[in-house]
Amino acid sequence: MAKVKPRVKVPKTASAGEVITIKTLISHKMESGQRKDSDGKAIPRQIINKFTAEFNGQPVFSADIHPAVSANPYLEFTAKVSESGKFTFTWVDDDGSVYTDEQEIAVS
Amino acid sequence: MNINRRQALTLSAGAALFAVTGMSAGSARADAAAVDKAMMEITGGATPEEGKLTLNAPEIAENGNTVPIGVSVDSAMEGDDIVESITIFAEGNPEPSVITFNFTPMSGEATASTRMRLAKTQNVVALAKMKDGKTYMAKSEVKVTIGGCGG
Repeated sequence: MAKVKPRVKVPKTASAGEVITIKTLISHKMESGQRKDSDGKAIPRQIINKFTAEFNGQPVFSADIHPAVSANPYLEFTAKVSESGKFTFTWVDDDGSVYTDEQEIAVS
Repeated sequence: MNINRRQALTLSAGAALFAVTGMSAGSARADAAAVDKAMMEITGGATPEEGKLTLNAPEIAENGNTVPIGVSVDSAMEGDDIVESITIFAEGNPEPSVITFNFTPMSGEATASTRMRLAKTQNVVALAKMKDGKTYMAKSEVKVTIGGCGG
């Protein structure tokens, strides 16, 4: 399949204790396993089944994803930041692949 | 074994009935009962309360392939007032579960949104689980113009 590319939007700066909004998007076809090809055979399921977000190694947010989530899964959530640091985002594919992205934030 | 006409008819009717029920079980779609069953696993049998949980879903979705949906719970996310998870279910999809959001105190707020597939016009249900074991639910009907499950 096409290259899987994560895109994440995290504010560059924030004030301590602020609740920021994070938006993530990853290009993935999210094949549900319900569709059939032109020969009538079921196309095997291949989706991203797990997403996690960590800040400086601490879990912030995660999602268990089922086939009913649209292609190119989009997730929007919040995080409370008290110090500067790094967000790590991880997506887990049905085939075992793991896609990651990192974003720094400066907290004043 | 001698089978007379009447017995033969009864047998074939039974076989036909079996074939029909067997088929419908094989291609079972999620329905309200399946959603209830999945919700019971989270609530442990308790009846979820209404309110506190907000489900933002469109009234009409033109394209069932990508329906924006958002959930939020009014919570301080501190001490015992913490939302552990919010799960979204769809009553008319092949599988009832859509997504589970898991929150931590570092989430700051119990708010999340995504885009989901809807096979047809149906109820979307959200279920929030608090740290103290309480559960809240919200339900909303979404009318779908073009279904989003393909072949």
